[in-house]
Amino acid sequence: MNMLYRYAILSLCVLGQRWRPASLPAVFHRYTILPLLCVLALAGLPACKTMDTLSEVGAGVAVATGVVTPQQGESIKKAGSAVGKTFEAITPEQEYYIGRTVGAVVLNQYKPLNNEAANHYLNVLGQTLAQFSDKPETFGGYHFLVMETEDVNAFSAPGGLIFISRGMIRCCQNEDALAAVLAHEIGHVELQHGLQSINKSRVTSALTILATESAKSFGGQELAQLTEAFEGSITDITATMMNNGYSRGFERQADRAAVAILQRSGYDPNGLTAMLTQMKNQLKPGGHDFTKTHPSPDSRIEDIVKWVGPVKPVVSPTVRQARFQAAVGKI
Amino acid sequence: MIQFKQVAAKVAGLTAAMMMASAVVTAAAATMSVQVKNAPVRATPSFVGKVVGALDYGDQVEIQQTQGAWSKVAGAGVSGWMHTSALSSKKIVLAAGQEQVKVAASGDELALAGKGFNSDVEAQFKSAHKDIDFTWINLMEKIRIPATEMQVFLKDGDVTPREGGAK
Repeated sequence: MNMLYRYAILSLCVLGQRWRPASLPAVFHRYTILPLLCVLALAGLPACKTMDTLSEVGAGVAVATGVVTPQQGESIKKAGSAVGKTFEAITPEQEYYIGRTVGAVVLNQYKPLNNEAANHYLNVLGQTLAQFSDKPETFGGYHFLVMETEDVNAFSAPGGLIFISRGMIRCCQNEDALAAVLAHEIGHVELQHGLQSINKSRVTSALTILATESAKSFGGQELAQLTEAFEGSITDITATMMNNGYSRGFERQADRAAVAILQRSGYDPNGLTAMLTQMKNQLKPGGHDFTKTHPSPDSRIEDIVKWVGPVKPVVSPTVRQARFQAAVGKI
Repeated sequence: MIQFKQVAAKVAGLTAAMMMASAVVTAAAATMSVQVKNAPVRATPSFVGKVVGALDYGDQVEIQQTQGAWSKVAGAGVSGWMHTSALSSKKIVLAAGQEQVKVAASGDELALAGKGFNSDVEAQFKSAHKDIDFTWINLMEKIRIPATEMQVFLKDGDVTPREGGAK
C-alpha cells in the first residue's frame, strides 16, 4: 500500500472522528460511521468516493434504524459529497462574512490609523495591484487599512480585507517595496490560505446544518449551531494568522504570487527583497510580530532570487518616490 | 540520432500547437453566474479595457468566448468581458425553495445566496462579542477606487503594466 493511500486513509479516519451530523447522536457516528469509513477506505475506494459512499451508507443505516427521517437522510447523503471538499465548499459570500469578522478581530487588537491620505494611497496602490492577481474579483473586493502600531506586521482576512502596520510601512523605502508587501498579502487572499486554516469539522458542521435546514430561514437552534461553527472558524484563522503563522509552504506560495503580481503590474520585484532586507534589520529576535509568524527574511530572499535573479537595488522614478513620501513618508 | 531529432521536432511542434490553441479565443457555450457583489464588464479582455457596464450577484450570463482568464459574457442587458474570478459555474439562487436546498447540499450544481455564514450569523456573533467593533470594517469597504483613477495612478507613477493586466 503506497504512502499516499495510507495518508488518505488516516485523514479519512481523522475526519470520520470529527464528522458528526447535528441530527445524529454522537454514539451513532462513533460506532457506526467510523468503522464504516475505515472499512470502505481499506477496501480500496478513492478518498472522495469513500466520503460519498460513507454518507450514503451512514445515512441509509440512520434512516433504517429510525434515527433520522428519510428526508433528513437524503440531505445528509448529499451533504457528504460536499463535506469531502472542505474549505472549497465555502462560497465567496460566506468567505466575505468570515473575512469581515476576522478583520474586526484584528482591529480589536490593533488600532486603525485614522489618516485618510495614507489609507487612500494604500487603497489606490493595493486595489490596483489586486487587478493583476489571479483573483482580481472577490465577493466584497479588496480593501486596505494602516494599523497604528510599531510592530512589523501585516494581515489579510479572507475575501480581501488587508491590514498593514505602520512599523511594516516604515520597512518600505519606496513604493515598489510597499507594493511587494501588499502583493504578498493579496497572494494569501488569492490562495485562500486563511480559509485553509479552518478546522475541517467546522465546515462539516456548517454544511450539515445547511443540508438539513428547511427552505425557511434558520430557526434559533440552527442559527446557534452555525454561529458556533462561525466563531470556531474565526478563532482558527486568527490563531494561525496572528499567533502561529502560516506554513513555510504557504508563505513561499504568497511570495511567488507577489512576484507575479509585481511583474504583471510593472513594479520591480526587487521591492520584495529590498523590504525583506530592511525588515531583517528592524525585527527584534523573539518579537511578537513577523519574527513569530513568518520564515526568516534570509530564507525568503533565497527563494525570490531563484525566481527573479540576483538582488538588484530598486530604482524608483522621482515622481513615484515623491508621492510615496508625501502619502506615507511621515507616518 | 535522426529518429531522435524527428521525435523532438514533433514534440516541439505539438507543444507550439498547444500553446497557440490556449492563446486563441475559443468558443464555449455555457451559462455561469456572477458570484461577487458587483463586477465590471469591459470592452476588451484586459484590466486596462474600458468598463462598459457591471453585473450583480446572482446575475446569469451566457459565455460566448474565453481568452485566458477572461470570458466574453452576455446577460442582464450587458455584453463584454469579465474576469473568470467573478463567475461561478454553479447557478446562484437568491431565494431558495426546498428542492433547491436539497440539490445545493451536494455543492455541485447550485449555490444558495444568503445561506450559511451570513448577516444573521454575523449579527449573532456581534451580540455575543460586543467588544468587537465593525465600524472600521464598514468604512474600509466603502473605499472603492474607480478604474479610471487606477489608470491615472499607474501612468503618473511611471508604472507600465505588462499587456493585458490580470491573467
